[in-house]
Amino acid sequence: MILQLDKMTIRQGDFSLSADWAVKRGTRLALIGPSGGGKSTLLSLIAGFFEPDEGRLLIEGRDMRGVAPGKRPVSLLFQENNLFPHLSVLQNVGLGIRPDLRLAREQHLAVERSLQEVGLEGMGDRMPAQLSGGQRQRVALARALLRDKPLLLLDEPFAALGPALRAEMLDLVARLLARTGATLLMVTHDPRDAERIADQTALVSDGRVTPPMPTAELLADPPAALRAYLG
Amino acid sequence: MAERAEPVITPALVAGLGAAALVAALSLGTVAVVAWAAVSPMRLGAGDWAAVKFTLSQALVSAALSTALAVPVARALARRQFRGRGLLVTLLGAPFILPVIVAVLGLLAVWGRGGLISAVLVHFGLAPLSIYGFRGVVLAHVFFNLPLATRLLLQGWQRVPGEHFLLAAQLGMSSRDINRVIERPILRAVLPGAFATIFLLCVTSFAVALTLGGGPRATTIELAIYQAFRFDFDMGRAALLALMQFSIGLGAAVLAWRLARDAAQDPGLGRAVRRWDCLHPLSRAGDVAILGAVSLFLLAPLAMVGLRGVMGLGLLDAGVLAALMRSVIVALMSAGLTLALALALGAAVARRRAGRMAPWIESAGHLSLAASPMVIGTGLFILLYPFVDPAAVALAVTALVNAVMSLPFALRALVPAMRHVQSVEGALADSLDMGGWARFRLVTWPVIRPAAGFATGLAAALSMGDLGVVALFADPDAATLPLYLYRLMGSYQMTAASGAALLLVVSSLALFAAFDRWGRATG
Repeated sequence: MILQLDKMTIRQGDFSLSADWAVKRGTRLALIGPSGGGKSTLLSLIAGFFEPDEGRLLIEGRDMRGVAPGKRPVSLLFQENNLFPHLSVLQNVGLGIRPDLRLAREQHLAVERSLQEVGLEGMGDRMPAQLSGGQRQRVALARALLRDKPLLLLDEPFAALGPALRAEMLDLVARLLARTGATLLMVTHDPRDAERIADQTALVSDGRVTPPMPTAELLADPPAALRAYLG
Repeated sequence: MAERAEPVITPALVAGLGAAALVAALSLGTVAVVAWAAVSPMRLGAGDWAAVKFTLSQALVSAALSTALAVPVARALARRQFRGRGLLVTLLGAPFILPVIVAVLGLLAVWGRGGLISAVLVHFGLAPLSIYGFRGVVLAHVFFNLPLATRLLLQGWQRVPGEHFLLAAQLGMSSRDINRVIERPILRAVLPGAFATIFLLCVTSFAVALTLGGGPRATTIELAIYQAFRFDFDMGRAALLALMQFSIGLGAAVLAWRLARDAAQDPGLGRAVRRWDCLHPLSRAGDVAILGAVSLFLLAPLAMVGLRGVMGLGLLDAGVLAALMRSVIVALMSAGLTLALALALGAAVARRRAGRMAPWIESAGHLSLAASPMVIGTGLFILLYPFVDPAAVALAVTALVNAVMSLPFALRALVPAMRHVQSVEGALADSLDMGGWARFRLVTWPVIRPAAGFATGLAAALSMGDLGVVALFADPDAATLPLYLYRLMGSYQMTAASGAALLLVVSSLALFAAFDRWGRATG
């Protein structure tokens, strides 16, 4: 099991979210549900920006309580602002190797290689402002690729892109995952995204994350809460 | 498709142009009036050049110290969550509406020859401190502007997207990495503008120099203008000095404006972001020490005024109440005028298709940042002298001058709100063909009312605490409260002065709070 949520609950004011399930290594899991339901909160918990109030959160069998975000085997892509605007593409990716950016020659080459893998070959000297929205998220993907953490968390990083571009990005993520063997947790509000990339899907609504089910099965016969959301 | 025709000349534009012309005439026209009234040849003496030099050097040092000290304070505030953080941030906003003369009194009680620190020094056989002259002027300017610089820097921190700090945590960045990747770019973006803004505020300083400076080696230009009028009655020198101050101020204002572009857009100083890089006890202790020191620096003088003030209240005679009444009347007149001018200028500037006039109108509203209130006041008196008894209109002239001096700050609060209402609700109002008074009453006013209340409160408090033109013209029996307080200090009645200071602070804050609440009240 790569990720275990053991009778875990977090409370923030009136809001609370509970989950009690586990995910096998290599799974691609979509988290779907209404906005404000707690999808992003769950990812923030796993990334270590919050701690659960009850229960345990284990990654690779290790209890993550008290482990700082930087020490967790996790990469998270936000919806936006994944890049520092005053650093070049190369530097933004290089931060994934060394936050002080003192890169050795072979590390520079590794940065170039990961840029190549996301289709941004030769763009290392550009600044984020010179890139399109899709290209910016590719840079963030290149950094996640370089960090090579076993758990990749996507907080709707492609939501602002058009349908064709979004499908292209999801296919890119799928290819990269196939190579690295990392596990994916992806927040989305569109069942088509889930169908495209995720073998498992979990519903986040009414303060609960349901245990993951095979995506095709879930969408073919949605439970009441999901039916209400899908309309 | 043709754009909907919009009349080029609207009532809003006419009102805005009128207000802009009035402000320009007061800021610049009065210089001409004073120059015209000059009898002696216009020439600057050695003392005047010394004043120019002193003005520049004290403003440079004050701005450099304020911004440099603000960096660790803002950093500590931006990365620490603690009880009382909100209170401390609010406290940082307080010096802006604190009457200068009150702050000076408090600073003397802590740093002065007879103050707390000197008492300790003397106890150990050391020489007491003296804060008259350059050091005192700089100390007072840092007292006022360190909090301002800190707030400007905090706004810079606030503009960093939250994701960047989370990203830094995820990438395992150390404090040093975060400093390089996130914080230094903030400083590079904010510090130059903050420096220029504070430099500008220190260039036109009068009350600080009047009380802590003076003498040939510590006279600002504005103080030299006051002395040229008061002791030499030399109009020509005063006009030349005013031009000098105006050109330095204009240079600094243009610099500040270019360097501090969108600094006023988001006043939110919200919560500190959560950080994982600075959990080490040493780092924490450092921040605690910095925040403790700055709180003490700001609070000790105020506490001294408060403590002595309570004792001094009993020493005040009936004259203080009359002075208080005059100050309140001046403040209310001045605040009303500021609001009217700011609304007229704002409406012209914030039109959806503002046209080529808008930047000029907006700049006119800021002219007084560089102008000399002494010269504005004197120019008005020269104009009014043939018709009325100057003493009779001293308070009205003071109110008018104060209104023009507060205008830039009122515009800073009001114009963003008016732009917002034009861009968001303006289109809807256009589609419903709402115009004129109905549009202002039903669409604009409800949205801008909080900003208007804040701006009016600010103007009232600034006018209430002002010790400027009134020092030149008011006859001794018709002093405002700050002038009354200054005279008590002049005769070394420090306890009674503290009592008057307490009264002044409380009434200034009360006026500000009353207008601010009125703005926020619904209905």
